[in-house]
Amino acid sequence: MIINFLYAAIKAGTPLLFGTTGEIMTERSGHLNLGVEGMMYMGAFLGFYVGFHTGSLPLALLAAFAIGLFAALIYAFLTVTMMANQNVTGLTLTIFGTGFAKFFGESMIREAGGSPKLADSFMTTISEKPIPVLGDIPVLGKLLFSHNPLVYIAVIIAVICSIYLMRTKAGLNMRAVGENPAAADAAGINVTLVKYIHIMLGGGICALGGAYLSLINGGGIWNNSSAVNGQGWISVALVIFASWSPMKAIYGSLVFGAFSVLQFYVPKDIIQIPNAFYVMLPFLITTFVLILASMRKSKEGSQPAGCGVNYFREER
Amino acid sequence: MGALGSRTKQEPFIRVVKKTEISIGKTFLLSLFALIAAIMAGGVFILAIGQNPIDVYITIVKGAWRSSIATKGTIKIAIPLLIAAIGITPAFQMKFWNIGAEGQIIMGGIFATYFALNFDYLPHGILLLLMFVAGMVGGGIWGLLPAVFKTRFGTNETLFTLMLNYIALYMIRFFTEGPWRDPASSGFPKIATFSENARLDRIFGVHAGWLIGLVLVAVMFVYLKYTKHGYEISVVGESINTARYAGMNVKRIVLRTMFISGAICGIAGMTQVTGAAYTLGEGVAGGVGFTAITVAWLSKLNPVIILVVSVLFSMLDKGCSVMQSTFGLSSAVSGILQGIILFFILGFDFFTRYRFVFRKAR
Amino acid sequence: MENMKKEAMAIELKQITKTFGTVVANNKIDLSVRQGEILALLGENGSGKTTLMNMLSGIYKPDSGSILINGNAVTINSPEDAIALGVGMIHQHFKLVDALPATDNIILGVKDKGIFLKKSRSEKIAEIIKRFGLNLDPEKKVYQMSVSEKQTVEILKVLYRKADILILDEPTAVLTPQETKRLFEILLLMKKEGCAVIIITHKLNEVMEISDRVTILRKGESVATVNTASTNAQELTELMVGRPVELSIEHPETYFDENLLEIHHLTVEDEEGINMLKDISFNLNRGEILGVAGVAGSGQKELCESIAGLLPVKKGAILYHNENIVGKTPNEIIKMGISMSFIPEDRLGMGLAASMGMVDNMLLKKYNEGKSPFVSKKSARELAKRLVEQLDIVTPSVDTPVRRLSGGNVQKVLLGREIESEPNVLITAYAVRGLDINSSYTIYDSLNEQKKKGVGVLFIGEDLDVMLELCDRIMVLCHGRVTGNVDTKHITKEQLGLLMTDAGTKKGGV
Repeated sequence: MIINFLYAAIKAGTPLLFGTTGEIMTERSGHLNLGVEGMMYMGAFLGFYVGFHTGSLPLALLAAFAIGLFAALIYAFLTVTMMANQNVTGLTLTIFGTGFAKFFGESMIREAGGSPKLADSFMTTISEKPIPVLGDIPVLGKLLFSHNPLVYIAVIIAVICSIYLMRTKAGLNMRAVGENPAAADAAGINVTLVKYIHIMLGGGICALGGAYLSLINGGGIWNNSSAVNGQGWISVALVIFASWSPMKAIYGSLVFGAFSVLQFYVPKDIIQIPNAFYVMLPFLITTFVLILASMRKSKEGSQPAGCGVNYFREER
Repeated sequence: MGALGSRTKQEPFIRVVKKTEISIGKTFLLSLFALIAAIMAGGVFILAIGQNPIDVYITIVKGAWRSSIATKGTIKIAIPLLIAAIGITPAFQMKFWNIGAEGQIIMGGIFATYFALNFDYLPHGILLLLMFVAGMVGGGIWGLLPAVFKTRFGTNETLFTLMLNYIALYMIRFFTEGPWRDPASSGFPKIATFSENARLDRIFGVHAGWLIGLVLVAVMFVYLKYTKHGYEISVVGESINTARYAGMNVKRIVLRTMFISGAICGIAGMTQVTGAAYTLGEGVAGGVGFTAITVAWLSKLNPVIILVVSVLFSMLDKGCSVMQSTFGLSSAVSGILQGIILFFILGFDFFTRYRFVFRKAR
Repeated sequence: MENMKKEAMAIELKQITKTFGTVVANNKIDLSVRQGEILALLGENGSGKTTLMNMLSGIYKPDSGSILINGNAVTINSPEDAIALGVGMIHQHFKLVDALPATDNIILGVKDKGIFLKKSRSEKIAEIIKRFGLNLDPEKKVYQMSVSEKQTVEILKVLYRKADILILDEPTAVLTPQETKRLFEILLLMKKEGCAVIIITHKLNEVMEISDRVTILRKGESVATVNTASTNAQELTELMVGRPVELSIEHPETYFDENLLEIHHLTVEDEEGINMLKDISFNLNRGEILGVAGVAGSGQKELCESIAGLLPVKKGAILYHNENIVGKTPNEIIKMGISMSFIPEDRLGMGLAASMGMVDNMLLKKYNEGKSPFVSKKSARELAKRLVEQLDIVTPSVDTPVRRLSGGNVQKVLLGREIESEPNVLITAYAVRGLDINSSYTIYDSLNEQKKKGVGVLFIGEDLDVMLELCDRIMVLCHGRVTGNVDTKHITKEQLGLLMTDAGTKKGGV
């Protein structure tokens, strides 16, 4: 029972992990991109579309990643080069991305003459199966080593991002850009380039989360009206919960995932709490975390100091 | 040392230089130019999907105004957008990044619904007035919360208001599945439809929300431009230090303004439940709070321009809904077109503050 | 080839021009520095020193003119280019990332091989710290550092990159004499190693002490370059201000015998709980100008802001006509009928609303008068127009955003507004910073006018010469304590200088 619950939590938390890791990369470079929902939607559509037509998982993921790069490029161009307001640009990207996915999603349905369904061979590729040997370990085997391939990809990306951020020179440069672009600039870092790279990378990773939702959670059938359904926004919340650390995002997504499936595992006859409470809880906790961080006034584990403010070198 | 020679780089092809500020007239011209460019870019997109842009645009405009029913529909879409955008305006003027209009709309809806469900025996006028005030209080509280934490601990308001959106949304679910569940509806839980007594009256065929919206436009315009409160909001938005220096009670101004901002968004929620849906559902805000932010920003926080822009946005929404029948295209095309237009206007705003300098030909 | 390079100047600037909008910050400036030479760049505030150096460090781009480094014409598009050319600049406002430790700040952006952060970086930094005799914990986070520690990090950044051209912008403004001495030792060491050093300053004693040559800027133009050995402070001052300084600031005598403001044992702490003012007592009389001198950051800002009611007071009392105003809000202080005016250091960030016009700015302290919920702009408009005439304020219109005015005009707007409010106490912080000589004299005259009317003026200043002429008394602050409160008739500049440093206090030295 508990194992089933945790297993479901991991499954539900994975798309959030993609979105959160992507948004952490974006915010760490100094840009709050509220377009996660939109980028996920675009990734969800294109990932499904390519998967549906080619039957290839790598191609589907690549396509989703690419469209995420493209969407984030629009955002980066507007906020980095054109210095537009980040909040408004991000919201616009959500409007655009959602519209984009729904529009072409409907075309896809029309093309297919009904709800498109992924090929069986594709479904086998993305199905949950134990990894040889490791999957045989009791309890842990089921919990950690019997997932669909995207779960591992999400964790690997988060781990790589964490190492990149904290242990590499490029990661240090990027953190400096997010904290204080003027200082990074004076140190000879190409602020514009660093921002573009990480905003786009972040967008690509977010879009993979969208692909997860349409390929895995959708059960192989395209759902035009609610393919992403707020998961992008939850990811933005999770960034705060994870205090801008991809490593903590792994645990955080597990916690958020757990709450989202908790209502199905709580013995209803013993504990009677309204279902809405379970889904609300992650947001309550995140709010609490946010307040606590601001009360401590700590420089660590809070939003990068330069986040939300555009940088212009000759500003006087 | 030889390497030095190769370091003598050329100037970059393009670089950015700050402008001396430009006049209002020129700013307007630039916005117009941006709009035209956006419409053309939208046209390119329409071409790319194999349609005639001019036909499509004409269909959209006609679709929104083709009949009195369509016109009423367009106005109905515009009402919550207009009210919420007006609500956001004072907060943004104060540089308080209230991304929580969505949640404030919802709370306004929830509070108003409470009275609609439990007090519908009251005389119509009194009940509606109660709902109106309740909506304001609900939205106001939701606006006040982030302001309290911002003024006390410096809690980031963008992230805080974002969280409150979701807490509000799941409150609806709580009420729908719990205390307010309509026992008459079998199957999917929903809240009962309001009785005739708890519905907002229609004026010229559209619920009275439009009148409330217009009044709010005028009031907000005067409030920001001519009152002491408005002056205080501008100074706080300019610099908190200057405001403190002038003897202003910054805390009180922030709290007051955020209450007002939330309260107006709450009115939008109230008009939605009592004028449009006649019930409370999870779609009561449906992203209007987010779109309203873009509307308010594009309009440079000018209430009159907000009125124009929200009507244009609703026209796009309503007009696109006929695309399905005419061209067999999804109505979601409105999101794409809105996005493109917004991208262009956001981008063009750059030219009011900066200019590009190209490398001189040698 | 080696010989040829030795002959070349390390830096040569030719006919550099830079404008900001309509303001010409640098006009056809020539400047050169040899290797192994320390050049002082001298000039008043606003003479274009920092702008010129920012073009060397890649922050700004010149509109015209050329830059030669080691004899080669170069184009510096960004700090990245500057660093690649061996130019390191220590900005007046440090460019450090607060959340990161010193080590990370030092290696930031360094282009060497490898992807990962190497352990060996700490050893390399430790080695430099030892070689130059610096005092720093490399693992300490910048936001926990003192100002002089932050400067040390900036110096380490330059040393780590092995820059051979070093630019320092007003490096001693925030330092104690001991720290200044140590800094100069490091500079001399770098000079010995063949570096070219440019030090921006307006302190003449430092110029005489450390530099080999001096280039003097005035109003954006380079007026002269002289060898330090063959000049003296008097000549440099004349070159800097453009005429022989007979600091003939008026010093009217007044005959009020009334205490306006009494400060008793005032203690104020900043947000982090560090005491910025420690047990300060003094009084301010009617019809006098009381100067406050001290190294920047000695508590001047906190003193002004606590009197104006902007900062909470931890201990002590501020009596105004024998009434304690501690704990009252700025608004309550205004409402009590106390007319106190405070001209803050950060004019556009604190005293004025930058994107509002003069009219709206006139309203800042008066908008709340009357019961009507609406703001009345009529009298403010008249006042704005009157000030434009009286103070020769140059502005396209009284509704033009004040941030578009030049520094001197902004200062006049602020001072004019405060004087028009007919205060009893006038507090000014760095009232002439960034102003040309003529504007400065306008300001001095206005302050003297106020003094004659019986206003008590608290004058936070930088230039001791000016303060000795203008003020009746000078109070000296050092690390938040009063180290002296003396009549200007009975003290010399040197004595003041001593009081400003630890040398004047009981312990002396570190």
